[in-house]
Amino acid sequence: MSAPDSPPKSMRTPLGRVRNLGASHSGTSDFWRQRVTAVAMVLLMVPVIVVVMMLLGRNQAGAAQILGSAPIAIIMLLFIIASVWHMKIGMQVVIEDYIHGEKLKLASIMANNFFCIAVALASIYAILKLSSGV
Amino acid sequence: MTARIERPLSPHLQTYRWTLTMALSIIHRATGVALYSGTLVLAWWLIAAATGPAAYANVEAFTSNFIGRLIVFGYTWALLHHMLSGIRHFVWDLGYGFKASEREALAWGSAIGGISLTVLLWIAAYAIGGGR
Repeated sequence: MSAPDSPPKSMRTPLGRVRNLGASHSGTSDFWRQRVTAVAMVLLMVPVIVVVMMLLGRNQAGAAQILGSAPIAIIMLLFIIASVWHMKIGMQVVIEDYIHGEKLKLASIMANNFFCIAVALASIYAILKLSSGV
Repeated sequence: MTARIERPLSPHLQTYRWTLTMALSIIHRATGVALYSGTLVLAWWLIAAATGPAAYANVEAFTSNFIGRLIVFGYTWALLHHMLSGIRHFVWDLGYGFKASEREALAWGSAIGGISLTVLLWIAAYAIGGGR
């Protein structure tokens, strides 16, 4: 992340340096991952709705038994990973659009990462605990 | 220190005449942000199920009072609307649906589809959950 007006360190033109890379040198990876996770969630939506319907009106013991069964745990794990990844990218776009101060922007992006990883790990931990029956 | 030059800025949202596609774009982002915070409830529910009956009873108390149920209903709508509105983006990504009439149709489709699916799901939920 060098300043845009820093002197070039090579003979290559600015256009030549960024061509095919994008300003961040990671190009379209966020755009692509946002689509991959979105397609994953569209595919998972019906199974997840079925799982939630199965759990309605059950007590903790019943819910724990259903959530801990292998196919349902795997559906939930896939949905958690896809949704948290998707919302991390989405919130970063919102932050980059509305927060203009560089320091606050970086702090917000970092907080976004922390929040998403914490939510993901807490949910994954819960599913694994239910699956292992301890 | 040079004086700050007041350059013309691009006008913000309120300057423009409201259009359906613009409203849908804003709702897409707003539902995305709402779903972001909604995952906290989802995580809380899963952790409670893994913790025990007392913790699970707290979640049930939350989802069965009026405010909590309204939040879960809102979450259902936000999720389904965001999904249908997102499918609209896939149509555009593939290079279709850019004509004025098609844009309007896609916008109405996701708006009406989101509400209808939410209501249908909640009718099913009450039929199934209420019977247990």
